[in-house]
Parts: sequence; structure tokens; C-alpha cells
Amino acid sequence: MKAHLLYPDRDFDFSAEPGRFDDDLLRDLELAIVLRAMAQGDRLLADVSRRVLLDSLDDVGLVLYRQAVLADCIEQEEAVRELYALVVAALEDKRGLLWGIRSGSPAVTLGGAVRQLEAFSVRLRELRQLADRRREVFRSEGFEHLFESIRRDLDDEYLETLRTHLRQLQFRNGVLLSARLDRDNTGIDYVLRAPITKRPSWRERVGLAPRTSYSFTIPPRDEGAANELADLTSRGLNQVADAAAQAADHIESYFTMLRAELAFYVACLNLRSALLERGAPLVFPVPLPSEPARFACGDLRDTALVLQTAGEVAGNDVDADDRPLVVVTGANSGGKSTFLRSVGLAQLMAQCGMYVTASSYRSSARSAVFTHFGREEDESMRSGRLDDELRRMSVIVDAAARHALVLFNESFSGTNEREGSEIGRQIVQALLERDVAVFFVTHQFDFADGFRRSRPSATRFLRAERAAGGRPSYRLVPADPLPTSFAVDVFRRIGGFADADPGASGVDHGDDGPLEVGEEAGSDAVTSKQIG
Amino acid sequence: MDAERNGSPGTFGLLAPPGREATVHDERDHASDLHLDQIVSRIASGRDDGPALEELYFRRTRDVETVHHRHRVFQDLDDPEVWDAARRFCGSAREVLSHLSQARAMRVREQRQGWTLDAAATYCAAVRRLATDLGEARLGSQGMADFRRYLLGYAASGEFARLEAESAECKAALGDVGYCVNVDGGRVSVTRYEEEPDYSVEIQSVFERFRQGAVRSYLANYRVWPGMTSVGQQILGLVVRLFPEEFALLARFSERHRSFFDPGVHRFYAELQFYVAYRELIDSVGAGGLDFCYPEVATESKEELAEGTFDLALAMKLTSEGQKVVTNDLRLDRGERIFVVSGPNQGGKTTFARTFGQLHHLAALGVPVPGRRARLFLCDRIFTHFEREEDLSRLTGKLESDLLHMQRTLRSASPASVVVMNEVFSSTSLEDNRFLGAEAMRRLIGLGCLAVCVTFVDELASLAPSVVSMISTIVPGDPTQRTFKVVRGPANGLAYALALAEKYRLTRPQLLERIP
Repeated sequence: MKAHLLYPDRDFDFSAEPGRFDDDLLRDLELAIVLRAMAQGDRLLADVSRRVLLDSLDDVGLVLYRQAVLADCIEQEEAVRELYALVVAALEDKRGLLWGIRSGSPAVTLGGAVRQLEAFSVRLRELRQLADRRREVFRSEGFEHLFESIRRDLDDEYLETLRTHLRQLQFRNGVLLSARLDRDNTGIDYVLRAPITKRPSWRERVGLAPRTSYSFTIPPRDEGAANELADLTSRGLNQVADAAAQAADHIESYFTMLRAELAFYVACLNLRSALLERGAPLVFPVPLPSEPARFACGDLRDTALVLQTAGEVAGNDVDADDRPLVVVTGANSGGKSTFLRSVGLAQLMAQCGMYVTASSYRSSARSAVFTHFGREEDESMRSGRLDDELRRMSVIVDAAARHALVLFNESFSGTNEREGSEIGRQIVQALLERDVAVFFVTHQFDFADGFRRSRPSATRFLRAERAAGGRPSYRLVPADPLPTSFAVDVFRRIGGFADADPGASGVDHGDDGPLEVGEEAGSDAVTSKQIG
Repeated sequence: MDAERNGSPGTFGLLAPPGREATVHDERDHASDLHLDQIVSRIASGRDDGPALEELYFRRTRDVETVHHRHRVFQDLDDPEVWDAARRFCGSAREVLSHLSQARAMRVREQRQGWTLDAAATYCAAVRRLATDLGEARLGSQGMADFRRYLLGYAASGEFARLEAESAECKAALGDVGYCVNVDGGRVSVTRYEEEPDYSVEIQSVFERFRQGAVRSYLANYRVWPGMTSVGQQILGLVVRLFPEEFALLARFSERHRSFFDPGVHRFYAELQFYVAYRELIDSVGAGGLDFCYPEVATESKEELAEGTFDLALAMKLTSEGQKVVTNDLRLDRGERIFVVSGPNQGGKTTFARTFGQLHHLAALGVPVPGRRARLFLCDRIFTHFEREEDLSRLTGKLESDLLHMQRTLRSASPASVVVMNEVFSSTSLEDNRFLGAEAMRRLIGLGCLAVCVTFVDELASLAPSVVSMISTIVPGDPTQRTFKVVRGPANGLAYALALAEKYRLTRPQLLERIP
């Protein structure tokens, strides 16, 4: 029996090792805020949501499969929450009995397993009844299959068979075990034997033949001996207990899988109400195949920012169809990082079958989403900042394949602009040649302008601008990069380039880089505070 | 010792010629910096008397004759037949000892007797096999040849023959015993086993329909059960009455053979482990195509050489991950004493320094060292000075403790010492680093001891004629691979960003190759 609400033909792998980039995505895209709204304090919901969100689908059919299931959930919220509650209750029954099965003694394991199987059989019956009652109102392929399999696999005959076997396992008439001598003369190879009643021969009874049976009785109050005897009996019950406990596990794993797969959709319902409360537009994205490169959105908002903000959050309209490179320049605190996050979040949500916070969204399936954000501090003081950036980039390249999406935020600024631009140019060019889509937020004019000159029609340039009066609008407009860098302020404050003469010494480069970067990191911190 | 009669345990010695007192340096301050602790714990892990064995790998000698004695034993073990024989014997002897110690811990008589019998049977087979294996072998070392003479005498003795025959007889009798226990409430009956059918099989078939894929096993593990319960004891008592002849035989056996392990054979086993354990490491590391060699050793000349050498601890790790290990050549000609290693980061500089230190430690153990060919000085002490990462947050305190540590090293080192310095003072300013590095170097140059110093301060590489400048390299022509090669060459500290990008294989052509 299978749940199959996330894939039509297989289970979701909830035990997969976390991906290598999960931590980066969580931090860079503020995923924790979204997950919190999905979980509503439930750790399981949080864990399931994180796993499903970070495990992007690049198959249009699969995305549509989940969208249909989620649409059912939105329409039949009450029925879905009832089903979920039943499954949770079944697993809670089990938790109440947990002490029995893990003790390690087969006799106790057997007793515990039988009690669990009894409790499960009650819930399986309830599940059947719910399926009988509710199945009519669901339309998606996923739910139709689920209810069908419950009705087929849990028919009356099956439930009755289960009950019979549970009675047989009561086992209270004593046990017969065979054994051999181990090398230390203790008994080994205990095997449960079918008892055959037989009486000693008459020769033996009158003492003419050697005795073939000896016995003893443990004193009634000797608890130690009673325990030892119970332990011995247990050895003979080992195999039987194993079989019963495994059967209980199989049924539990069915409930566990059903709960986990439902949990994702329940979390989506939770997030949906939180977003609707804040007036955010919600839309099911149009998933498109990887080729050709498509990206267009209307009123796209940063989901994390929506959840953190009382008032209205600005959205962006971007049309980047056939423009796999989007370069974002412009004022600090102008919404550049927020935009980058909104794209990353929306793409992850779209590719796991969720709605997104926009009025319209369509994009090509991406084989993976990567973030390369400038870190505020070097993670390791030993390697230089540029060294660290390049190391992280290299790790991304190791994992990247065609049709990936890489979001860069002020990358390769750990050295002077000429060198940083050159490194960035080489990397971005190569990525584009390999059909990797790139969103790049940068202050480096030399870098941005290079692409304006070399590939104007294949690049979308966006700029963050301050509205009149200096207040940022947080909206990006299509506009070419401007040569006047905002680093000029910084440049003046630190007193010019006297120390940054490349000819002076190898060490001075290192001094210059971090200073410039420190300013930028500070500006980003301001953006973060607005979010919080 | 020479006066002892032939055949007594004192007439052979695997670690040193009988009666020779070698000067020994037992210190391990340098062990963790050089990753010798990793090497030694890997070698000794899971072996009998691991701590005592580990001890042996920290006891360095400056006695050339002892080193040669050990080289020759190793060379005997290079013969595949001798090697197989030695390993087989070690495995069996280990089992025997563990069973004997198990027997001592038992309080039920039949249990003690059972463990002892089992140990004796294993022991007999092991000694017989070793005598056969070594009997035919061509042995070139004094250590192994002396032991063989001793072993053959023992294996031919009447005492050994009796032990062998009686243990076999006893084992066979007990192996045939089978019985049944019936537990009904508090009453326990014991009978001979009479082919009653297996009931678990029936029950399992009932549950077959629930099975879907693999789940955890709930089988309780009953195999290891030291001691015996009082119920178990009572049952055994009844089994003894059901099978009286078999147990009488066992009792007689253990009475006669209380302590059967010959002391000479036992000492051979202990000393042999020093060789077997190290050689097994060589085999696992050498399987990746890496060479080990018997170095020429000297106590006077400091002209050194090592071709195709490598960091043994790193090689252990890389070969277990299936990765390739890069080897390096190092050479100190007449008058040369100190390597100064500079160049791009992550290019193998620290590894080179570690390799240099390890070589001197290993050579002084008398074991084969990493490399195709080597000539090494037997040093008195090995000093290391490595940056400690965990100290980085307390910069002020760190500088002071760095300086004190350096002071201790420089005051204790003799002209016969080896000093390994890796990126010291790197948390100070360039100027301070330059100054402190030069001061330390001047002291080492004055001592004339052997040393390696990893630094990013180029000037240190040209302080004196006894200093050899080595640089880590990246090969522009073959950028898909980091080289980890450290070669002789002038220091050149310029680390350009594109060279860095190239090192991380992030230039456009490199990326186009990496992303298919």
C-alpha cells in the first residue's frame, strides 16, 4: 500500500541526506521564515516542507500532478485535515505502546507487537470508512489513487484475517526449545520446537534404561531465576517476535509515509492562509520545459518578506524570456537582494508543485537552484575572502549541470574590480554557454557593462532606483548599468587609492578588497533589518 | 644472555639482536602535528595489547645496527610465503589469547574448561601450521632464523603432540551433543534432542503477507553471553548428567593442560606484531601504486635524499577514498640543511613539511619509509611548530604562546635535531612575521640542524647557503589538476586572482570542461 501523493509512482524519500547546498539556500533565501509559516510550530511539518521544497522537480508533468493534489486540498480543506488527523492519531497510538517493542527481550517484543497490531487494525478500519465516505469529492489523480488503494487493500476479508492471526499469537502454553553446546558449553542455537507429548518408556520408569529426562522447578519466590527462565524462553521466541514486530513496522511505515506526504499539503494550506491574510497575490505557476529559457513574472513578491511585513510589499514585473542572464545594478537598499531572493524562493516553490506569491509566474524548469551570496564574514580566517568565494563557486560548479539556475549576490568582490570582473565574466560566460540561467546582483560596472556590450539582446538589465526624496521604491526597472558606482562614497571615505596601487606589493590587494566589501556587507545588513 | 642454552626463549630477538641495548628516544610531542598519532593508531587499532604495540612505534633508535636488524626481518617478510605464514599465525594467536582470558573470567567449571579446550585446539593448529610454513622458508634475518630453530624444537616435542591429540578427541565428542529444554511455568525439563519440528518456520509463514521491503530486525542478539545464569547452570548440570562420558573427557583434558601457551612462542607473537601491523599498512597504502623502501641511515652525514616520498597519514586517507597520492622528491646536498617552502596555498606545502618530519621518525624505527629510495639521518629529537586553529580567536595570547613555544624549541634543539615549522606567526603582521621568521631561521642556521619551514615570507628562502628554497606549484598547462608538487625553485609570492581562479578550475575553458 502506498500514499503516492507527491509522485504518481513512487514514495518521496524523506530519509535522504540533506543536499550539499541546503544550508546555503536556507540562509540566502530566508527559507526559515517560509518554513515557519508552513509548520505553524509543528516540527514534522517543518521537516517535510524543507525536504520537499529543496528537492526540485524538473518534470513539468510531476509539477502539474502536485498542483492538482494541492488544488484538491485547497478545495476540500476540511476532509484533508480530517484524514491527516486520523493518520496522526494512528501513529500516536503506536507511540503510546512504544515502550513494549524496543525492550530487546523477544517475549516482550512479541507482546508489544501484538498490541500494536491490534491498535493498527482499528485505525485501518477507520481509514477504510473515511475512504468510503469522502472519495467522491476529490478530483486529482493522486487522491483518486489513494482512496482506491485503501478500498482495495483493506477489504473486509483482509481485516478479518488480520484479527485471526493476532489471536493465534497469544502463545501461553509454555515452550519447547532445542539447543546445542557452544564452545563454552552454554546453550546455543535455541530453536522453538513443536511440542510432541511422549511418556518415558517402561524400562526407563523402573530404572532399567538410562534416564532420558531430568527436570527441576524454580522456587516460587526466586525472582532472579524466574527472570532467567523468561530470558531463556525469549530466545526461542526470537524469530516469531521478529516476524510480528516487522509486520507492525510495515503497517507503521505506511501510516508514516501517508502522514509525511499529507503533511506537505497541510503545510501548504497553512502558508496559504498566512499569505492571504497579508493580502499577497497567489498563483499556480505555469511550469515550462527547460528549453527554451523562459522567465516572466508579474507582481512577484519575496514570500519571506511578505510574511515579515505588516504592510504592502512591493512586487516586480520582469520579462526575461530568451534572456538567460539577468543583471541587477543600482542603489543600495533598493530591493536588489530582495528581488534575488524572491526569484530563488518562487523558483523553488514552483518546482515543488506549490503556488507562488505573484499575479503571474512562468519559468523553465531548472535542474537545480544555487546561490552564491557574498558572506558577511569569512567562514575561515585562514583562506582569503576571494579564496573562499572561489572555493564555494567551485563546489557549485561540481554540482551544476545544464539548465541550472545560479543566483549571484555581489560575488567576486573579494579583490579589486578589474580582477573581480574578469573572474566573474569568465564564470558567467561559461555558465551561459552551458545553458545555465544566471541572476547577478553586482556593483561592478566593468563587469555589468561588459555584458551590455557583448550580448545586449540576451541579457535583461534591471536597476534599483531611489524615488524622489531618496526613499527607495524597492521596485526594479529595466535599465542599463550606470558607470557612477556607489563605491565612490566609500572610495572618498577611505581616502583614495593611494594604498591600492597594484604595483606596491601583493599584500596591499588584500587590504583593499575587504575594506570595499565591508561597506557592502554593511549595506546588506540594513536591508536585512528592514525584513526583520 | 649468550650463556643461555639453545632452545630457551632468550635465544632469539625480532626487534634487536639478543643482548643489544639500543639508545632509544621515546617522546611524542611531535606526534600529532606530524599526524604520527593517526598512523600509529591506525596500525595498532584492534590488535592485541594495542597500547604496548603503539609504544613500540614511538621508540626511536639512533643505533644503525638495530635499524639494519629490523630491515632484515622486514625483508624476510617480503617473501609472500613467510608473510602469509606470519599473518595467519598472528590471527590465530590472537584468538587463542582472547579465549584464554575469557576462560579466566568464567566461574562455572564446564565453561572454563570449554574455553580452554577451544583455545588449545586453535593454538595447536596455529603452531603446527607455522612450523610447516617456516620449516621450508628461506630466511635471511638473524631474528627469524633464530626463532625458527626454537619453534621446530618445540613442535617436535612430546608435550606438544599430547596436547594436539587430546584436544581433538575432546572437541569431537562435545560437538555431537544436542538436547531439548521444556519450559512450562517454573518447571524445566531437559531431554536429549529427538528431531522435534521447527515451530518458528510455521509462524513466520503466517506473517509473510505483511512483508514489504526491508525493515529493521527485531532479532535479539544472544551470541555473546559471558558467564552463566543460575538457571543456565542448572540446565547444564542436567545436560552433564545426560551426557556423562563426554564431560568426563573434558574434565581430564583441562586438568592436564592448564597452561599450554609456550612462553617463547608468545614472545615471538608479541614482537612479530610490530612487523605485521606496519607491513599491513604498507600493503594497503602501497596497493595504490605507492613505493616504500629501506632507507640508508646515518648518524653523521646530513646529506639526505628521498625520491617519490609522501605523507603516510594523508596517503592512508586518500587511498581509502580511492584518490591518487602525489609524491615529492627531496634532497639536501653537502652543506644544505633547511627547506623553506613557499608558494600558492593548498599546494601541498604543509604536507611536504609533515612528510619530512615523518621520514625521520620512521627511519629511526627501522621500518620501511615512503619513497622509492631514501637516505636519512638518524636524529636525536624532532620538534614541530604548527599553527593551532583553535587559538585563532585569542590573538594576543596566541602570539605570546607561539613565541614561548618557539623559544623552548630553539633552546632545546641540538645540531642532531629535526625541526618542522609550519606557517608560524601567521596571525601577526607581515613585518612582524618577517622579523620573527628571520630570527628563528638565523638560530636554526647557526645550529646546523635539519629543518623545514613553511612560510609566505619570500625573504626567508634566501637567508643562507644552507637554505634550500622549495615552492608549491600549479601547472598552467594542465589546469584540471592541482599538482601538490613541491619543487626546488625561487620564492615568488605573487598570487594573482586569475591564478587562484585557475586553481579552482573556474576559468571559462576549465568550466566548459567541468560542466558537460
